[in-house]
Amino acid sequence: MKSSVIIFPGSNCDRDMDVALKKFGFKNKMVWHNDGDLPQSDLIVLPGGFSYGDYLRCGSIAGKSKIINSVIDFAESGGLVLGVCNGFQILTETGLLPGVLQQNKNIEFICKNVFIKINDRENKYFNNIDKEILELHIAHNEGNYFCSNDELKKLEDNNQIAVSYCDNKGNCDYQANPNGAIKNIAGIFNKNKNILGMMPHPERMIDKYLSGDDGSLFFKNILNNLKR
Amino acid sequence: MTVNEKVAVDHGLKKDEYKKICDLLKRVPNITELGIFSAMWNEHCSYKSSRKHLKNLHTKGKKVIQGPGENAGVIDIGDDDAIVFKIESHNHPSFIEPYQGAATGVGGIMRDVFTMGARPIANLNSIHFGSPQHKKTKNLLRGVVKGIGGYGNCIGVPTIAGQTTFDESYNGNILVNAMTLGLVNKNKIFYSKAAGINKPVIYVGSKTGRDGIHGASMASAVFDDKIEEKKPTVQVGDPFTEKLLLEACLELMADDSIIAIQDMGAAGLTSSSVEMASKGKLGIELNLNKVPCREEKMTPYEIMLSESQERMLIVLENGKEEKAKKIFDKWDLDFAVIGKTTNSKNIELYFDEKKVASIPIDFLAENAPVYDRKWKKIKLPQSIKFKKQDFKTLKIEDCLKKLLSNANICDKQWIWDQYDHTVMGDTIQKPGGDSGVVRIHGTSKAVAASVDSSALYCFAHPLSGGKQIVCESWRNLISVGADPIAITNCLNFGNPEKEKNMGEFVECVHGITEASKYLDFPVVSGNVSFYNETKDKGIKPTPTIGGVGLIKNYQNMISMDLKNTGNIILVIGKTIGHLDQSIFARNILSEKKGPPPEVNLFNEKNNGFTTLKLINEKLVESCHDVSLGGIIVAISKMCLKGKRGIKINQLKGLVNKFEYFFGEDQARYLVEIQKENLTKVDKILKENSVHYDELGTVIDENIEFSDEIKLSIDDLEKTYKNWLRKYMIN
Repeated sequence: MKSSVIIFPGSNCDRDMDVALKKFGFKNKMVWHNDGDLPQSDLIVLPGGFSYGDYLRCGSIAGKSKIINSVIDFAESGGLVLGVCNGFQILTETGLLPGVLQQNKNIEFICKNVFIKINDRENKYFNNIDKEILELHIAHNEGNYFCSNDELKKLEDNNQIAVSYCDNKGNCDYQANPNGAIKNIAGIFNKNKNILGMMPHPERMIDKYLSGDDGSLFFKNILNNLKR
Repeated sequence: MTVNEKVAVDHGLKKDEYKKICDLLKRVPNITELGIFSAMWNEHCSYKSSRKHLKNLHTKGKKVIQGPGENAGVIDIGDDDAIVFKIESHNHPSFIEPYQGAATGVGGIMRDVFTMGARPIANLNSIHFGSPQHKKTKNLLRGVVKGIGGYGNCIGVPTIAGQTTFDESYNGNILVNAMTLGLVNKNKIFYSKAAGINKPVIYVGSKTGRDGIHGASMASAVFDDKIEEKKPTVQVGDPFTEKLLLEACLELMADDSIIAIQDMGAAGLTSSSVEMASKGKLGIELNLNKVPCREEKMTPYEIMLSESQERMLIVLENGKEEKAKKIFDKWDLDFAVIGKTTNSKNIELYFDEKKVASIPIDFLAENAPVYDRKWKKIKLPQSIKFKKQDFKTLKIEDCLKKLLSNANICDKQWIWDQYDHTVMGDTIQKPGGDSGVVRIHGTSKAVAASVDSSALYCFAHPLSGGKQIVCESWRNLISVGADPIAITNCLNFGNPEKEKNMGEFVECVHGITEASKYLDFPVVSGNVSFYNETKDKGIKPTPTIGGVGLIKNYQNMISMDLKNTGNIILVIGKTIGHLDQSIFARNILSEKKGPPPEVNLFNEKNNGFTTLKLINEKLVESCHDVSLGGIIVAISKMCLKGKRGIKINQLKGLVNKFEYFFGEDQARYLVEIQKENLTKVDKILKENSVHYDELGTVIDENIEFSDEIKLSIDDLEKTYKNWLRKYMIN
């Protein structure tokens, strides 16, 4: 299975994502944002980092870059597009996903392990993971998801809220919300569920010597779906 | 502007230094030249007060590839891998503008490391603030932490360990020391020594602005009431550009286009061009009209003295300009050929087709003043005779709770949650342990790093204090199972023109040297920060040691969290119960006098190597060195991290319990071992003549000691974890 990780100036989780994808069997290509066309891929990943320094709104400049048009075409034709952290921010800036990611409620950068609850199984990212709750890692300054009530209703009605912050028992309450995100939202899908944006970093949790290895389940699951 | 003695003094030069300049040049310098002299001859760049003593440092060793004198030190970790590392201060700017001061401190030290061809793989920091009650402390702490995070997080290098202390002596001068480790192939290291004549001199990175002019001079003076006016001398960081610069430089370094490379740090274009030429015994000619400028009508003086960040100077092989330019264009960075190397042995500057400066390089580098400053020896203070009644009303439980919530011991999670410590996907020991540990990507190896300082010990007796910090660093590496290799030091002191402060410096350096020689733990890089003084009040002497060690197989790394109920805890090393200068004496008994604990280098080495042997034989489940707060604080931390308790055995003999639990004797470790391994462990310790006590047994949830301590781990955790968070919120 082929994947592509797009590198923008200021991306800094690109290598980590490359390592993770390859570890679980993807043939991954690193694609420089200015290098023209996308290689043929089964999965496109927008990695974390600080594209263009995030000096304007996070992800906004990358969201207007040349290569993004090819990403949009790919997504609209049903291809899998995953945006992690800054990648999620970029996806909201392109309009592929609704809402925005605001500054964390405590106005501080947060780097720590969190638990997330899998809300939907009708998709290729989480369908066969045999755990309800995953332990992943967040590292962001702007992860506070927000959208209008209408958009939120649509997300809920279509089961587009992919994952929500929770405690180790699965309670999605105020205490388990690290950044103030509306409804504890940690990640969302588009309507067709081929596009996933999420703040937690699965690529940092791929062996037991790291902060944990629940990220492995995530990558293995995507790969298994693509192989089918 | 006409140059005269007054103008020279305003530039921070002494009158006799100005006279020396005129004598050397056999004329009066123009203003640009004076600016260049002042930048090269200030304390920060010339090490004029410290050089004489730094010569004595122990800097050689089997694994040392590059010692002090380059952008950073380099050590061999086997298989052609080398680690480049250094620590550097950014104290003065951080006090004036905490966010930018700290951020550019991190940016500067990372540049030092990737200048040598290494990709940064870990950051650490040692930060020191005034008393928590002081009105500035909270905002300075918040700003510094945000600045460190803001820069390191954006670049994408994990911040894996650090140290934060509070002491009233930092009320007017905080300390911000930043350390970076980078990984390089040992055959592809880049140096700053220029070679060859008529080689193009290339400027890359950000444009030059008016920020940071005289930054290095500012860092070479004491503070007074008008310190706020110095804000314009603080540089402004742009981590995004640094990330691009890092990638572009590493891309260019993939082949052999570069002859020499030097980052523009303190004293900017001046020191980088002079240093490269000086090391290569060459001259250098620059056309300042070619320097990319951010602001209009910048003068040669401003261009030469600007400390704008994220810039590099490169001496390139002839004919490689186009190739190099292509790389920098790809990364949207400025690229300009601004001059060439010459055989004149002068630095010659042109602007608007006129020669605006011409100075022999030797005058700036080799002929810079060196001072043999007077210094005062500091005697070992008399021991305090604590009496029984001093302890009569005290309860161990209360004392322990008080110390665990003490600003200098309490949990610092509020700080490190704001640093990205997991990016790059190789962090296997996060901040909060004895050392931070990152894997060498794609191998079974890992490097451990720790930063340490003990200002109270150094203040009480600099010689002992200097030795102690080297040992502490050594222990912190061993505690995670790493073989200690080398250190970097950041020497933060007061005004060297005062005999007492100079004495503190000289004797701390002496102590560091003695310990690093004995432990074969050489110093490979570092920096000196003097003049940490405000209105005649200096800081306590605060040398900071950054230690680096190697774990051959990362799967054998040790952490401090208790692993299993039923295991036994041993105290390796002898406990005498030295309370003088301990955090207990200071905070519970209000006793600030007395000598710091004695450092016995034989015991340090022997106990350290024996502990490492136990770890390598896979006999140790968890390990933590005993330092601030003594045995009871150390075991409490192990309990809190592992969410398990301990039942402490009755003490043998007639020991004072307070001395036993809170004494800060050196050369000690706590280790957790399985019961069935006790015989083997006992044998190894005895064979090596290492003293040990059995402290107790791991139990489920309390810390218990006869009928005197019964504390639940949950309660203790609140005490330990809440102080800093509450302090920052209120």
